[in-house]
Amino acid sequence: MDFEFTPEQEALGKEFEEYAVELMKDAPAGWGTSLEFQYSEVGWEFTRKTQKKLAEKGWLVRPWPKEYGGADAPIVEQLIYNQVMAYHRVPSADAFGIGMIGPTLLAAGSEEQKKEHLPPIARAERYWCQGWSEPNAGSDLASLVTRGVRVEDEYVVNGQKTWTTNGHNADWCFMLVRTNPEEKRSRGLTYLLVDMKTPGVTVRPLLGMNGEHFFNEVYFDDVHVPVKNRVGEENQGWAITRATMNFERSGIGGMSGAKRAIEDLVAECKTVKWDNKTLADSQFVRHRLAQLLIEIEAGTALAFRVAWSQEKGDFLQSAHLASASKVFGTELNQRIANVACQIFGLYGQVAKSRWAVMDGRWQGDYQFVPGTNIYAGSSEIQRNIISTAGLGMPRTW
Amino acid sequence: MNLDFTEEQEMLRTSARDFLSTECPKTLVRELEESEEGYSADLWKKMADLGWMGLVIPDDFGGMGMEFFDLVILLEEMGRNILPGPFFTTVVLGALPIMDAGTEEQKKEYLPKIAEGDALFTMALTEPSATYEPSGVELKATAQGDDFVLNGTKLFVEMAHVADYMIVAARSKEGGAAEDGVTLFVVDAKSPGIKCEVMPTIGADKLCEVVFNNVSVPRANVLGEVDKGWPVVERALQHATMAKCAEMLGGAEASLDMTADYAKERVLYGRPIASFQVLQHYMANMLINLETARNLIYETAWMVSAGMPSKQLVAAAKGWINEGYKFITERAVQIHGAIGTTRDHDIGLYYRRALASDLAFGNTDYQRELVARELGM
Repeated sequence: MDFEFTPEQEALGKEFEEYAVELMKDAPAGWGTSLEFQYSEVGWEFTRKTQKKLAEKGWLVRPWPKEYGGADAPIVEQLIYNQVMAYHRVPSADAFGIGMIGPTLLAAGSEEQKKEHLPPIARAERYWCQGWSEPNAGSDLASLVTRGVRVEDEYVVNGQKTWTTNGHNADWCFMLVRTNPEEKRSRGLTYLLVDMKTPGVTVRPLLGMNGEHFFNEVYFDDVHVPVKNRVGEENQGWAITRATMNFERSGIGGMSGAKRAIEDLVAECKTVKWDNKTLADSQFVRHRLAQLLIEIEAGTALAFRVAWSQEKGDFLQSAHLASASKVFGTELNQRIANVACQIFGLYGQVAKSRWAVMDGRWQGDYQFVPGTNIYAGSSEIQRNIISTAGLGMPRTW
Repeated sequence: MNLDFTEEQEMLRTSARDFLSTECPKTLVRELEESEEGYSADLWKKMADLGWMGLVIPDDFGGMGMEFFDLVILLEEMGRNILPGPFFTTVVLGALPIMDAGTEEQKKEYLPKIAEGDALFTMALTEPSATYEPSGVELKATAQGDDFVLNGTKLFVEMAHVADYMIVAARSKEGGAAEDGVTLFVVDAKSPGIKCEVMPTIGADKLCEVVFNNVSVPRANVLGEVDKGWPVVERALQHATMAKCAEMLGGAEASLDMTADYAKERVLYGRPIASFQVLQHYMANMLINLETARNLIYETAWMVSAGMPSKQLVAAAKGWINEGYKFITERAVQIHGAIGTTRDHDIGLYYRRALASDLAFGNTDYQRELVARELGM
């Protein structure tokens, strides 16, 4: 084993880091004070701008093949990139374009689809959202009912998608529709790519409990989608979603951001004084923060393992570890928000104002984090994967 | 970065697993728990023949010259099987500090004996104050001609009752900072004035009280420098902590394996209990704990092995596996049901050791304090 990066990788990390610091000089006020700020009007403008600059550096899709704007870079380099960018709170890359549909098209798209969609993603010119969940199909995704009816060389789509992260900013949507209503569950689903500007697509905000705009509902009313925008064969869309899932979860960014959060909390606790001593002198505070750091180190080590497995192409063999990384990471962020709100006592509840501690960041996180235990496969779904794929338990649901 | 084991390391793991499952069945573990010595001389001899005691000892001193990280693999397998005996104390607490701080003469004297399996070692560090901080070293060392004379009591000294030698940490100078004035001695365990008594403990792992009453030790037996022994102890503790983590990882892994196997066999309401989602999620949580700990322990052990600064990670790794091993064995007992709570069932062997290992080299509260210090608080 060897946990060290090569001198070349170290140098690359340093280059990422220097540019990240440079980019963050332009961050708007309030950046980093809530997780969904990125999708607000101000936050999104900053996101687009920084993503564009990173694209100009050629850094957005480094693991992709050169012909589609990538650098054929190993996943370990992407690990370093994600770690650095998350630590410096650089706006995260388009999880749906770069993280999901890009790899999916690389694995299962037609040559025409690759040429049409991959370069704009690599150039940070086209953003994506995900049309999977519906009001009655979330964890049980295969029960979805949004219809796609083939009419000559088009599909006519009718139905509703929901929990559509960043749908209000996205240019395109990848979605699942039911093309064969006779077939139950995962059989009879087709994978489509839809331009969000197509007539009949309506996006409505679905505000989080703290009032911020992150999720949307997307309505499809006689939306015409050309057959050339179908990925894979008709009624074979489920297999394509399985390919997409392989690219979503190493978890390093979450861990890196969490580490930064602890460092910020430590710095704050060294300055806040109660009863003539700093919070950092209180054993209660010290131990709670230390415990969180312990957990972050544990999660980081697992994320490295997942990335290493993916580097070797062991996506299936490490599926349960990717699930473990996801569920551990989001639940850890929930514990961090909880501890952070508690250590400042009554001030833990105060939102952005002159009374707020750390710009009210933690009470905002406290409201946001429950959603992270649900999106991208709920904690319960992840545990199902771990117990069946990882431990060989029988599937009984 | 390369997170795969080498072929040699995989072979070491496989051969250790095969050997221990044949040579150290749970019947032997139970027998040794009850026995006075706490180890099997016969098994010790076979382990020596495999070269295990000399695994990390340099070739020049009769060993195999492998790395600390290789030893970690072996210790993981020992923890998996609950191997009782003085391997940990002899190799981790004896050979490593001698390799670290010993003179050429001391190395020549002790290391080949250890490698051959002819000398049992332990380290006498903790005292009735039960702390791993330097302030806990109060046993007095007084210079007297060519000797030092030791007076005081050591507590929780593993395997002292069968040890041939003890590395004893003593206070040789009063008044300065706690880190100053600690001297280490290699002491012949049969020296006049030493009295040893085994303490009854949850892991039946032969922790001893050792009383030193005017014990003379030649000056030549000082390990490292007079009054400057604490940094040697600190390095020994880093190694020992990671070695303990490796044992715990093996034990936690065995506990989850046993539990998953049992859940697939045990039938309730006409189907195996492994099909109940509530138990599946208990076991998923056990796996999350195990796999996070595994990777953190490998990473940290690798860094310690490479001599890289890693105080914060060592504390994090121990703090995490402390809670993980206890959590996994507690859930394991729960999933086994009533049979898991009996003296006859093997899962209890692991449940008991989880607590013993948690307390060794610093429980979780202590590790949290170490991490907090490293965070600059």
